[in-house]
Amino acid sequence: MEKITILEGRQKQIFEKKTGAEQLDISCDTSSLSGSVSQRACVFCGSRVVLYPVADALHLVHGPIGCAAYTWDIRGAVSSGPELHRLSFSTDLQEMDVIYGGEKKLYHSLIELIEQYKPKAAFIYSTCIVGLIGDDIEAVCRKVAKETGIPVLPVHSEGFKGTKKDGYKAACHALMKLIGTGSTEGISKYSINILGEFNLAGEAWIIRKYYEKMGIEVVSTLTGDGRIDAVRRAHGASLNVVQCSGSMTWLAKEMEQKYGIPYIRVSYFGIEDMSKSLYDVAKHFAERPDIMEAAKQVVSEEVKELYPSLQKFKKALTGKKAAIYVGGAFKTFSLIKALRSIGMSVVLAGSQTGNKDDYARLKEMCDEGTVIVDDSNPVELSKFILEKEADLLIGGVKERPIAFKLGIGFCDHNHERKIPLAGFVGMYNFALEVYQSVMSPVWQFAPRKGVKI
Amino acid sequence: MKHAKTATQNACKLCNPLGACLAFRGIENCVPFLHGSQGCATYIRRYLISHYKEPIDIASSNFHEETAVFGGSHNLKIGLKNVSKQYKPEVIGIATTCLSETIGDDVPMIIREYKQEFKNGSPMPIMIHASTPSYMGSHIDGFHAAVRATVKTLAEKGARENLINIFPNMVSPADIRYLKEILEDFKVPYMLLPDYSQTMDGGPWGEYHRIPPGGTPASAIAMAGRASASIEFGSTLETSKSAAGYLEEAFGVPRYHLSLPIGIKGSDTFFTLLETLTQQERPEKYDDERRRLIDAYADGHKYVFEQKVIIYGEEDLVVGMTAFLSEIGITPVLCASGGKSGLLRKSIKELIPNMEELGIKVREGVDFVDIEDEAKLLKPDFLIGNSKGYTMSRKNNIPLLRLGFPIHDRFGGQRMHHLGYRGTQELFDRIVNTVIEQRQNASSIGYTYM
Repeated sequence: MEKITILEGRQKQIFEKKTGAEQLDISCDTSSLSGSVSQRACVFCGSRVVLYPVADALHLVHGPIGCAAYTWDIRGAVSSGPELHRLSFSTDLQEMDVIYGGEKKLYHSLIELIEQYKPKAAFIYSTCIVGLIGDDIEAVCRKVAKETGIPVLPVHSEGFKGTKKDGYKAACHALMKLIGTGSTEGISKYSINILGEFNLAGEAWIIRKYYEKMGIEVVSTLTGDGRIDAVRRAHGASLNVVQCSGSMTWLAKEMEQKYGIPYIRVSYFGIEDMSKSLYDVAKHFAERPDIMEAAKQVVSEEVKELYPSLQKFKKALTGKKAAIYVGGAFKTFSLIKALRSIGMSVVLAGSQTGNKDDYARLKEMCDEGTVIVDDSNPVELSKFILEKEADLLIGGVKERPIAFKLGIGFCDHNHERKIPLAGFVGMYNFALEVYQSVMSPVWQFAPRKGVKI
Repeated sequence: MKHAKTATQNACKLCNPLGACLAFRGIENCVPFLHGSQGCATYIRRYLISHYKEPIDIASSNFHEETAVFGGSHNLKIGLKNVSKQYKPEVIGIATTCLSETIGDDVPMIIREYKQEFKNGSPMPIMIHASTPSYMGSHIDGFHAAVRATVKTLAEKGARENLINIFPNMVSPADIRYLKEILEDFKVPYMLLPDYSQTMDGGPWGEYHRIPPGGTPASAIAMAGRASASIEFGSTLETSKSAAGYLEEAFGVPRYHLSLPIGIKGSDTFFTLLETLTQQERPEKYDDERRRLIDAYADGHKYVFEQKVIIYGEEDLVVGMTAFLSEIGITPVLCASGGKSGLLRKSIKELIPNMEELGIKVREGVDFVDIEDEAKLLKPDFLIGNSKGYTMSRKNNIPLLRLGFPIHDRFGGQRMHHLGYRGTQELFDRIVNTVIEQRQNASSIGYTYM
């Protein structure tokens, strides 16, 4: 087989854990190398994924049609009520708008859409060319807010102005403008906000139920099954519980500074991290030992049911090898533990947006020989999948065909999943999905098994 | 309820660069390259993958803030260098985006500079540049722009050859395979562009391919200027925007411009043209296909006659489908497209002169909310189009027959036929079954024979 080489500018973003190897000094937090086919997206994408699940807001993409078209109903973020977030709105800028400016079109679009759909607020996403043609989005938003009486929030998400992380920040910035504008009356002292949980396949509902069983009030979920009114009163909670650290830590820090709300980082994937996320919240409310008791009760009930059901999968999967390439590094930690609990080892671990601390921790956790990558690409991923003889790839839609072409199993752990993978029940679903993909008899025909094609 | 009209809601189109990326995938050993933000490439990859289920590498010049201020030249060159090194492509298909077009990057000049700067390095890939600003037209315009740019870059002058160029428009990999089979059966040398029948619908890999096997070789495209004729599908594709139009103008290769051959009449026109150009009768196998199709029309005619449908999608697909539907007695009460060529109505009128009498309404430049408004008044029996109509189909309880691109919520869109007798047969079977299923489900008796 032809040897696959790594691009010069990329070598510092790859690390293989070996005894006696030099210190990990992975280069990350950089923008992608031109021409390297990154699996990352852009600033707009970052903003769009964070705000997308707010179901009673109008999401208007200001720019040419592509950005809105490619994000129309793109995620499995479900709502228990309104579903305005599942529609796609664009100012669909044309050549003349680019020449003469798109402010008027934006204004009329907003006024008409707000009249038609009566949203609780509107988010206006700037795309690449809006940053160039110099539309004064702020002014249009202020004017429309005044005329319609709802918050109209600009999201500065011009695609080229940074990385996906900057998009997260722009989205959090818009959320910060809403937080603090609602009444906090009647909110319990034992209350939390769930941050960075997007209710994919109803995952936020699962998590919320666990906390409620512990006697904790969930004030707001940001942004899964999100509602503007709930966001407005989020500052009334006593603790912020942050999942998907990449997207929401900034918001948690801002809320800590402005409202004095402390935050903790959690993960809802796998038995170990799921349990810890309940215990950590209980620990925060130490003056109420009954909360810890209730947390233990929840965990013990759930694990008692879950554990035996995992054994079939573990038996089949023991010794199989996995490759992980997901958006945030924090998820990678949980997935390594979750995979170990069903007998699998990890031979490749990487993320699009991890930072130095993340990669240091990843190195701690990984076995000898594991390859760690930042902002990887299909060529590299394939190289390591083949070299390390992985049986499974965990990633998103863009990674899926790589796995299937090479004849290995795949688990979608991204925004498009339709089955909840969070919580204890999520661990069962995860194990089942991994099992059904890795153990499928179809791989007997895969060329990597030496079958002639 | 008053509908907002200024904004586009649930668009019935995609952006220009997507079409260009797909077309470039139909060239052998070619990497599509978007000159713009990283997001464009990633979103388009994701979108294409959801339909084709194939790995699709699209490089990006990955604009930063400085790039937008000082121009994209530096980034584009680094990108081209990196792609050349990592993919070793024979061709790089460069499409612009709204960003690079708005800042006014002179891509042809940057390419010239690049070639000059790196001329002593490793083999220089052929670079094709298509101008595809997202604020003009839609994905289909990007598709044609890339095909035309490819021919413009590669086609050479020379003695006439016994060769037919065929430009099939944005059709499925299965359609492309069928067209190739037809041309091979006619035993005529041909150059089909773009040919993504294998790159977008191929077999498993024993090793990683930076660029998947398949596609039209650059050397074959070079011959296009020497062909004896070009056949180009697409009624709304203007000469000035088409590859065949360019070849006619630059090299005098006659352009035969047909609507997408869907239905018996449309397919007959195509086969008759092939017979004329090759001076031979069509192989018996296609007469058989045609006979089976006519027989199927007879067997199924009662199910479909006077059914009302809304058909939407790219304009050329809509024209081809409308011609087919009208020959089986289905009335397309609305022919709709997000595209805006200004030629949709005229093209349909040419094929169906009595369209007004039949109650065929045509609308260009619409979105799915417009189509939904129309559906409420027109009350179609079902919808025909891509997966994007599902939201309104579900909401209004109107069945949707999926075809074209994209198909995100069903399996096998890339293997679906639309063209010729074979494609029409497949479509006809599916349409009849849509009607039967609807009736069977609606019946309180539960007939087991329909």
